[in-house]
Amino acid sequence: MNERSQLAEASSGPTRRGAAATAPSPGTPRTAGPPRKSRSQQWAAWGFLAPVVLYLAAFYAYPLYRNVDLSLRNYTVRSFVQGDAPFTGLQNYSTVVHDPTFWPALLHTVIFTAVSLLFQYSIGLALAVFFTRHFPLSGTLRALFLVPWLLPLIVSASTWSWMLNSDSGVVNAALHAVGIGQVDWLTSPTWTLVSVTVANIWIGVPFNLVVLYSGLQSIPDTLYEAAALDGANAWQRFRHITFPLLRPVSAITLLLGLVYTLKVFDIIWIMTKGGPSDSSTTFATWSYKLGFGNLLPQFGPGAAVGNLLVLIALAFGLVYIRAQKKQAGS
Amino acid sequence: MNRSTPRRIALGSAAVAVVLTGVAACGSSASSSGSSGSSGSSAQGTYTIWDPYPQFAAGSAWEKLLDSCGTSAGVKIKRTAFDTTDLTNKELLAAQQGNSPDVLIVDNPVVSTLADAGVLTSTEENKVDTSQVEPNLLAAGQSGGKTYGTPIGANTLALYYNKSVLKAAGVDPASVKDWASLTAALAKVKAAGKKGITFSAIGTEEGSFQFLPWYWGSGAQLTDLTSDQAVSAVTLWKDWLKDGYAPNSVLNNTQTTSWQEFATGQYAFSENGTWQLANAKKAGFDYGIMAVPAQNGGTAPAPTGGEFVTVPVQKDTGRYSASDKIVSCLTSSANLLATDTTLSYIAPTKAGQDTQSSTDPDLKVWVQAVQAAKGRTSDNLGTKYPKISEQLWGAVQAALTGSKSPKDALTAAQAAAK
Repeated sequence: MNERSQLAEASSGPTRRGAAATAPSPGTPRTAGPPRKSRSQQWAAWGFLAPVVLYLAAFYAYPLYRNVDLSLRNYTVRSFVQGDAPFTGLQNYSTVVHDPTFWPALLHTVIFTAVSLLFQYSIGLALAVFFTRHFPLSGTLRALFLVPWLLPLIVSASTWSWMLNSDSGVVNAALHAVGIGQVDWLTSPTWTLVSVTVANIWIGVPFNLVVLYSGLQSIPDTLYEAAALDGANAWQRFRHITFPLLRPVSAITLLLGLVYTLKVFDIIWIMTKGGPSDSSTTFATWSYKLGFGNLLPQFGPGAAVGNLLVLIALAFGLVYIRAQKKQAGS
Repeated sequence: MNRSTPRRIALGSAAVAVVLTGVAACGSSASSSGSSGSSGSSAQGTYTIWDPYPQFAAGSAWEKLLDSCGTSAGVKIKRTAFDTTDLTNKELLAAQQGNSPDVLIVDNPVVSTLADAGVLTSTEENKVDTSQVEPNLLAAGQSGGKTYGTPIGANTLALYYNKSVLKAAGVDPASVKDWASLTAALAKVKAAGKKGITFSAIGTEEGSFQFLPWYWGSGAQLTDLTSDQAVSAVTLWKDWLKDGYAPNSVLNNTQTTSWQEFATGQYAFSENGTWQLANAKKAGFDYGIMAVPAQNGGTAPAPTGGEFVTVPVQKDTGRYSASDKIVSCLTSSANLLATDTTLSYIAPTKAGQDTQSSTDPDLKVWVQAVQAAKGRTSDNLGTKYPKISEQLWGAVQAALTGSKSPKDALTAAQAAAK
């Protein structure tokens, strides 16, 4: 899949350059010497590049720069308005790291992300393998599995919080029917992180299912036929054909899943507001809480937490790229 | 990421506001009207008003009132409605860009924050007359000896009770006079197989808002979270949960979800606000309202809710005179009454309150509660309040979940609030 996209890029390169060269030619006389032509070519190239560069600068580089700047200054509401916040270096980061919320929030972020990824991926993979056998109504069933993905997060998160309500939720009613007492899913510090993680897994499974399913389609059937002739059973076929050949797709699925999960905010905020007593606070909700959850916004520390999240995602992105290079090299 | 979130929210709510008001413009045009005003003469042009009432669509009585106030001040009004949680940051951004609205209607605890940011003009500059306003309500908008706006109305908290549940449990509402008698009533209700009381102890400002009547009712001060009175207030709630008088869901309840619990008809009491009055009439059971009792009897001071009409700082100070006219018009006795009736608020003036309690006997309790109420940022707490409040709701949550004892939770909160 990756090789193919690289090929596509490589082939589109020359044609694009060709377009840039031919575009100005009707206006310029044919007598123009080679140096002039290359300069106009250069200008044209820049002209074609400019929209993308401007777009990236305005919508990616500048906000990122502002966020870093915000995290390095001591902003109060007054200095936010006046724009004269003093530069304080890493003071905000130090405040954040020494905050009693920091280690619990980090731990929750790690647990939430790791457990979500593990279950989303394994359930998604199991379902994807399941759906490769075409059986009656498999299409319909697969479409139904996509529902969590299609629902607006506010709807699914609110539904989960109703279902998990201590007194009137359907989950506790079901548990009660089999003789288990009331579990305070959203109000007991021991359960909140579990509840939001379960909800997040449910929401993330369809994404894994779709990507892994499409990855499975690209594994040639002949391999399975050959393995079957060699007497490989279903598990051996999965273990030695499906799983290794799916590795590139798995890697990108997990990386995307990681980025999505790290920044999950809506589900947690709607279900528990990160509480009670910060028991389900992750970096994403903490950052929001610092910046906007209070009557008196603390932009500096809020931005600092946000940047830490970006750094974590970046680190894993680099790990991914490295692993990919290693794979390509071998 | 952090920057994009408010923008997206701001854009989203601006879009909502556009849909709701039918005015096909958003934040950017506020700036153009701001600059056009500075070039023209001061009493002409378009004046912008931001309010947190998206429920009032174009053509509503509220918007008509704004227009007529504009006309009498000789200017055109361009109104934009925002979600109340979004308005503070929206205004801070607008002030940073130098295009604040001419008149800003904003939640009262935010006034001191905005004043501290230098965003609002004091009554010395904008000449708004606040002499008729009840001092306990005005205090929320005062900081450093200056007044930064005038309340458009006030709401506060009281206890709604379900008459039939109390009757079945053999509780006379009149017997509930202090914490001990209230707890005794809850015990009777539980014994009768019904549920006691519901409130909101969520980990946001809403949680502090709901806890304050009990906190203040114990005699505790926000400046000292570790006092014995403060501990007794947290212990009261903790024991209610422990004994099953209040449901565990209060930890996650907003005031709306808490009301929904009460509306099931299973609960004897609900701590809720003036704004639920219309819903109470629709609830389908006989309800009563009593003020939140203080620990040793009497009415506990509840926090005031409701918005202030403020005049943000403008480059062209000549605009203030027309803004003053608009504000005076909005807060004139007749208009206040009309607005407060639509919002289900209590008037901020003595005269208005008297009219309300004589015309609607249902409002009598609320008028009393508002008269006993106290602004959260009062006592010159100003911008110290948000920090204290955050620690307070955290301490309440820690105590209610049992992760800390009330005393330990409050001691930790006091240390962090400094």
